[in-house]
Amino acid sequence: MRRVGIIGASYTKFGERFDVNMQELAWEAFSDAIKEANIEKDAIDYFVLSNMGGWSSESLPAVIVSEGLGINPKGSVRVEAACASGSSAVKLAHDIVASGQANVVLALGIEKMRESPTKTVVEYIGRAGNFMWEFENFGLTFPGYYALYATAYMSKYSVKEEDLCEVAVKNHYYGSFNEKAQFRNKITVEKCMSSPYVAWPLKLYDCSPITDGAAAVLIASEDFIKEHKSETAWISGIGYATGTANLSKRDDFTGLEAAKRAALQAYARAGLDPEKPASQLDLAEVHDCFTIAEVMAYEDLGFAKKGEGIKLVKEKQTYKGGLIPVNLDGGLKAKGHPIGATGESMIAELYHQLLGKVKGERQTDIKKGRALAHNVGGTGHYAYVTVLSLEKGGVA
Amino acid sequence: MSDETEKLEEAAEESKKKLGSPIVTDQKTLSSLWFDQRELNVRYLVSVEKIKKFYEGISAGKVMATKCAKCGEIYFPPQSYCSKCGSDSMDWIELSGTGELLTYTVINVKPQSFSHYPDYVVGIARMPQGVNVLAWIDGDTGKLKVGMKVRLEVKKRDPEGYLTYWIKPE
Ligand SMILES: [Zn+2]
Repeated sequence: MRRVGIIGASYTKFGERFDVNMQELAWEAFSDAIKEANIEKDAIDYFVLSNMGGWSSESLPAVIVSEGLGINPKGSVRVEAACASGSSAVKLAHDIVASGQANVVLALGIEKMRESPTKTVVEYIGRAGNFMWEFENFGLTFPGYYALYATAYMSKYSVKEEDLCEVAVKNHYYGSFNEKAQFRNKITVEKCMSSPYVAWPLKLYDCSPITDGAAAVLIASEDFIKEHKSETAWISGIGYATGTANLSKRDDFTGLEAAKRAALQAYARAGLDPEKPASQLDLAEVHDCFTIAEVMAYEDLGFAKKGEGIKLVKEKQTYKGGLIPVNLDGGLKAKGHPIGATGESMIAELYHQLLGKVKGERQTDIKKGRALAHNVGGTGHYAYVTVLSLEKGGVA
Repeated sequence: MSDETEKLEEAAEESKKKLGSPIVTDQKTLSSLWFDQRELNVRYLVSVEKIKKFYEGISAGKVMATKCAKCGEIYFPPQSYCSKCGSDSMDWIELSGTGELLTYTVINVKPQSFSHYPDYVVGIARMPQGVNVLAWIDGDTGKLKVGMKVRLEVKKRDPEGYLTYWIKPE
């Protein structure tokens, strides 16, 4: 297998993007990524589009986007791994390049969620699990699924709603410095606590929003990178796992088994010590679709012991300067969560962080040259963990 | 149709009269939007042929699971074959007795097709047979606690008027 690296990446302004259609939104992310990579679009051999859809009008988004980007007649495919679709696109693009079938592959994620009314979007995501046995009769919602985890976690480890709000406070803080974030406002625990319940014990400020957005990642082979002298972050390890469709079939509601497996796999492939991953990384992007999800992610990734994830937040260990800075782009919570584009946007953020290209307050010191993206689809249905590195190495 | 959509439809009708096209303006971003003139309604037909016995059980007030005759694995939701050992010889067993409430939530913001219900409580119970059941909880929400004793009950769901199973605190 060949070494594979990222040579350019971008994400659009996230939010309610009523000002652009799907093609125009994709073009924004793509044109910035191409410019950054300093390549002609003819260099792209294959295109992987990540999108969940349903709420948006196009049934074949890959061909809509491909035509708009002007990369026809190159091959294309659309992939879905719910909220982890973006990371699955990056993995597929990586594998195609690593196998020698292509030199440059574009992974682009897109979602136009606001094309449908809020209640319809709530319905679509609620159906993302086991439709017949958990949605049809019981009307679960995405916040509801995570709330089942929150209740169990809070009960077992004596965690309060105020504690979870600290995660939202952090992510809004960093979101306030990110011009592409959906929410730019700093919030307080009080503000979070006074927001209405969406799925008890989760409140509005515990939840990521409904978002339009696109993100593009250009993935290339070592030969191409050498020839073009590209600014590169190497993909040094990808881990992945699948969880049960029925939430009821899980044994434990205080962590995501699939995420734990994906993390261990990624660490093994990237050559990281699973006993102390945080100390070998400069930063991480974790899947904070809900505040409880970020706390569980710390534990599933091994940044904190079981039941101690909340301590990391309270002690500000996941702010810049702490044990490991997490979600310096505002996370899904403040940056926004355009389902199919979230994964690529995480990778884009890490690429820019590693290369020191993030402006202002959000840029963290890069000492170890390694960063991690933890991207969960559904409620632990899919899990992808991707490790990027400035050094070549690992067996992704 | 949601209130959101109703308002947009009114605006689109206005626009058709004035401009000739169903163009509405998003109030926040002031962007022009085409209001879709085609509406898609979906209602799926999901096969339950091989688990018919489950619905016979429900009709008799019982919640049934399947158990692999070969390896003993129990399935809820019921399955007509065993994913574990590959056997398709399954026995039906009843999920009964006292279970334990593992977790619960209240759905405050509801999906479109559940918007006619008041806020509902969903929980997951571990049954003595060793499998979990996710269902609405029927009872005093204020008194719920993780770890409390619960049982299953078959009862009508209104306004649809069909039988389904509930978790009931003991
Ligand atoms: Zn079996």
